[in-house]
Amino acid sequence: MAKQLMKGNEAIGEAAIQAGCRYFFGYPITPQNEVPEYMSRRLPEVGGVFLQAESEVAAINMVYGAAGAGDRVMTSSSSPGISLKQEGISYIAGSELPCLIINIIRGGPGLGGIQPAQSDYFQATKGGGHGDYHLFVFAPASVQEMVDLIMESFDIADYYRNPVMILGDGTLGQMMEPVEFKAPKKRDLPPKDWATTGCAGRERNVINSLSLVAENLEKHNHKLQEKYRHMKENEQRWELYKTDDAELVLVAYGTTARIVKSVVNKLRDQGIKAGLLRPITIFPFPEKAFALLPDTVKAFLAVEMSAGQMVEDVRLAVDGKCPVHFCGRTGGIIPAPAEIIKVATEIMGGERK
Amino acid sequence: MKLVFERPSALTDKQTHYCPGCTHGIIHRLVAEAIDELGVREKAIGVASVGCSVLAYEYFNCDMQQAAHGRAPAVATGIKRVHPDKVVFTYQGDGDLASIGMAEIVHAAARGEKITVIFVNNTIYGMTGGQMAPTSLVGQKTTTSPYGRQPDHCGYPIRMSELLSTVQGAVSVARVSVHDVPNIIKAKKAIKKAFETQLSGAGFSIVEVLSTCPTNWGKTPLEALKWLEENMIPYYPLGEYRTPEEVK
Amino acid sequence: MAEMIFAGFGGQGVMSMGMMVAYAGMIEEKNVSWIPSYGPEMRGGTANCAVVVTAEEIGSPIITEPDVVVAMNLPSMNKFEPMLKPGGLLIYNSSLIEREGGRDDITVIGVPANQLATELGNSRVANMIVMGALLAKTKVVGTESIKKALRQVLPSHRHDLLGINEEAIQRGAEYAK
Repeated sequence: MAKQLMKGNEAIGEAAIQAGCRYFFGYPITPQNEVPEYMSRRLPEVGGVFLQAESEVAAINMVYGAAGAGDRVMTSSSSPGISLKQEGISYIAGSELPCLIINIIRGGPGLGGIQPAQSDYFQATKGGGHGDYHLFVFAPASVQEMVDLIMESFDIADYYRNPVMILGDGTLGQMMEPVEFKAPKKRDLPPKDWATTGCAGRERNVINSLSLVAENLEKHNHKLQEKYRHMKENEQRWELYKTDDAELVLVAYGTTARIVKSVVNKLRDQGIKAGLLRPITIFPFPEKAFALLPDTVKAFLAVEMSAGQMVEDVRLAVDGKCPVHFCGRTGGIIPAPAEIIKVATEIMGGERK
Repeated sequence: MKLVFERPSALTDKQTHYCPGCTHGIIHRLVAEAIDELGVREKAIGVASVGCSVLAYEYFNCDMQQAAHGRAPAVATGIKRVHPDKVVFTYQGDGDLASIGMAEIVHAAARGEKITVIFVNNTIYGMTGGQMAPTSLVGQKTTTSPYGRQPDHCGYPIRMSELLSTVQGAVSVARVSVHDVPNIIKAKKAIKKAFETQLSGAGFSIVEVLSTCPTNWGKTPLEALKWLEENMIPYYPLGEYRTPEEVK
Repeated sequence: MAEMIFAGFGGQGVMSMGMMVAYAGMIEEKNVSWIPSYGPEMRGGTANCAVVVTAEEIGSPIITEPDVVVAMNLPSMNKFEPMLKPGGLLIYNSSLIEREGGRDDITVIGVPANQLATELGNSRVANMIVMGALLAKTKVVGTESIKKALRQVLPSHRHDLLGINEEAIQRGAEYAK
């Protein structure tokens, strides 16, 4: 298929449909409205169902029902709406149901703004709702990457029986870039023999997260943790850029990573050996990438559109071996190359030439 | 030997956790009998709610999903949209449906979701220990209305059947009771009719079943049945509020 | 590498201008990005989009120092002219903007877009007049690619307007030469 110029939010919808998603439940919120709008137009064409729910709470519970019923389903929202969905997400994670959740982040807290931000990193990667659970979280940096990861997300969700989240921001949702839809590498997916499809010819199936006997609930938690360990072992993804001889490694994901990539080049023009480590999965966080960095690295600089969230995972991964610095903007402001360069230059003791 | 009584196939053989004298057991059986008689057990998918009926997924012998508090109609919507040919029902109490789940029930009805809702109204939060419910009667003493429900402080009890019968998509709405045998027989008919409404594709169906909670009401089972008849029915009149042509 | 901002008020077709340049860049197998301003200012009547066309990998799609600014009305010119890179290009709609450019380190060209469009018989193609001027002044994308892109951006039920749009592009190019 030839490349098409598509808006990020519409590409999300098309990628999901091409991955076999036939059900979408959502509620309007800026800046992701093109996702439900696209789905309301396209899903009926492919025999699917788009339903605008009465609230984000209802939407995520419709996702729970549809996922439990065994089909590929998704929802999409932005920060305040994702907060409302946390109850349902916890149930989905507890019941081990596969689905896709899109968060096109806007600045917070509270109603916040509608400009791009990365301030929902903790919520996305550390659990978000109640209980010990994790989503599988991708943080794409371009429309094409977002499309590729979404198409893979449904397989990952089915493979692990776990909700997958795509963490984007308004920039990624609103921008247009050329995209191509390519089928992901095949995974061996287990049959959904647990789904509620009517019990004809088999034992009945129950989708449930209640477990009143403490020992049983702990056993279930161990099972979940084991699953997360598997993800950490097998699914970490990252991009390394000019890190081979780097003395300063900047760490950034999503839209911010694109800005940081240009910063790396500008720093190198100034004689500072900078490189970029870009996490593509943020749960599991790509700890393995840190082990691949050369001994030349003297310091890290995490750059985020938040007050400093991913930087904590960077510190855990670096484990005290080097100083870890932070540079971030909040409220919907995208960090400008000049301010990142200033911080980086200070860390490295000024310009080299 | 002639078999004169048996468990409906739509009930598991698990002993329920319900208190002695509680009418949930009767209502479970009526739902199961209706499912059996319509021959739909193997295409039934039930949704359990939060409250005393939280464990309903252990009792109905069909595919089940357990839902978050109040969200059963949304969960049922998701299931029914994936499997329009299946028979999807929720089983919810009054705290679940008429308080925290008010938005979900009204909007499922407004969309005309082709699901069947069994709404068990016993005017109290049973599972959490007898707190005031949206359906608690004026003057009713509960653990959070120790002086009796006072309308000037917390308003009047909500009449869900009357409310939902103003919603166009709710094509089948009935209120029944299980306080004596004639009413149990009527309740059974109403529940069966609600499932028939779903099978006909006419739209949303709900049966509100007035039920007792001897434990949290502080009454014996017999006193509780009498209290239901004397206090609840005058405020919550029984009858068919809406019946679709398809199942008349 | 070209970083461009297209700005004007709603209805002047600045979003589709940007989109056409992005399409044309994609047709020429360059890396492209297009991003609109979004948010409350959308409701205030002014609109703008940022377009990057380059052979290299695109960093930020959001532009702080554009090479080219196309300003279709005065508020847009006031806002974006100061952001231009030294040596950059400002093309403005002189039918609606009375002041001239205020910087001497950039190239400035005023195009009476509305007037030229009206002369062609359709005031709505003012944006394509400016597009013609842009193509004449920069080599960011080729005219043939823009003509192909026009077929993508213009909905098929409007394809009866392809002719007048192409005419407008040509007229704008002639004017700017």
